[in-house]
Amino acid sequence: MNQSFYVSPQQLMKDRADFARQGISRGKPVVLASCAAGIVLVTENSSTSLRKLSEIYDRIGLGAVGRYNEFEALRQNGVRYADTRGYAYDRADVTARGLVSHYAGILGELFLTGAKPLEVEIAVAEVGASLDDDRLYRVSFDGTVTESTPVIVIGGGAEQLQQRLSSEWDSQRPLDDAITAIQSAWTDATGEMAWETAVLDRDRAAVGGRSFRRRTRHGRH
Amino acid sequence: MTSLPHTGAAPGLEASFLAHLQQHQPQLVPAPVTGLAETPVPHATTIVALLYQGGVIMAGDRRATMGTTIASSRMEKVFPADTHSVVGVSGAAGIALDMARLFAVELEHYEKIEGTELSLLGKANRLAALVRAQLPALSQGLVALPLFAGVDAITGAARIISFDITGGRYQEHHHHTIGSGSPYARGSLKKLWSPGLAEDDALRVAVHALIDAADDDAATSGPDSRRRIWPVVYTVTADGNERVDEARVASVAEQIMDQRGDDRS
Repeated sequence: MNQSFYVSPQQLMKDRADFARQGISRGKPVVLASCAAGIVLVTENSSTSLRKLSEIYDRIGLGAVGRYNEFEALRQNGVRYADTRGYAYDRADVTARGLVSHYAGILGELFLTGAKPLEVEIAVAEVGASLDDDRLYRVSFDGTVTESTPVIVIGGGAEQLQQRLSSEWDSQRPLDDAITAIQSAWTDATGEMAWETAVLDRDRAAVGGRSFRRRTRHGRH
Repeated sequence: MTSLPHTGAAPGLEASFLAHLQQHQPQLVPAPVTGLAETPVPHATTIVALLYQGGVIMAGDRRATMGTTIASSRMEKVFPADTHSVVGVSGAAGIALDMARLFAVELEHYEKIEGTELSLLGKANRLAALVRAQLPALSQGLVALPLFAGVDAITGAARIISFDITGGRYQEHHHHTIGSGSPYARGSLKKLWSPGLAEDDALRVAVHALIDAADDDAATSGPDSRRRIWPVVYTVTADGNERVDEARVASVAEQIMDQRGDDRS
């Protein structure tokens, strides 16, 4: 006979959150950070075709950790959101804040009513005219949004890495030094690691073009 | 049950922005404009394109006409479609500009979703779909026609592709021109074009063809040295597309007019 037991809402939410957290903590962290030349995006990734860092729109980039099929679907959804909005209004009207709200809506809804919560965490960055205009957001599996500058970290071990980087972050560093600084702060940094790095170029954004550039892969740091 | 939002586009067309709009935002898809054939609206006129050593060059004059009125003296009709292609438009201006804008988003969208550029013929086929969508407007409405040129990012081959309103797409050899001034520009291109032109020479031929078109077609403007209005010119090579500096276009245009003795008559 089929029996259903009472589960308190608190317990239900906690179980769902624990489930999502477990999936996310297995992923390598992704770091987004502001520097004078723009916003750098750095993560460890041994694949050259399955990306964790991607272009959304002219000034907006995305970093994601967790289950690949889920964050890939969210990435494509974000590109559709941005392109539709930019086509219907104007390219200048596509903002990271709008995209983040869109993502928060999807994630929050799925956390409450989906068959299972999404096991993903995403970071959205928008490069501005100056360092003060940069925007960095984290969207969690339950739709919670946090803003943090000049550094944001998501994924496994994100908290320690965030603390280590934020306490000594120098935004005036040149681009290559900024990337090296992030790589050096990696929890389990070893000599041989495959990095995926990209940048939202401030100068390119200033002239109104697509600012996202992938950087050639560094085999080591 | 809520699930992850899905595109809903046909399998294989998930990376098409047009397919996405048709599925989810049909009101944003440009509809054929009918019943306006007698209403004067701005029209864009002459575009020329020609192949040269290492790439392709496209130039457009700056005039838009509305009946016998000049609607604009500074209209731009040649646009970068993506990094390796350009599109020039003629016909009903509003429709033409919308087509060029949607086409550019279509290419960028594919590139972002797929992580790679479409092939050159793939791009041309997407543009053909936009052209064909105007077919219902053909008999009693307004239509626009594009001219497409680019370099295949992988093979490096430069191509010029023209379209007809039924969505036919034709690969042109050497050079091509569209718009009201095209009969005159075509004659000019035939005489001036030769294989293996250097970029400088290609620029001269393109601007010369536009000047010849402007001589005989009232809807095409020639270079305006008094108000400093010059044709819009783009080159596309394997390194990407680039707008030719206005000062350079001006100097070539003035040289051609000098040689013809235009200011001495």
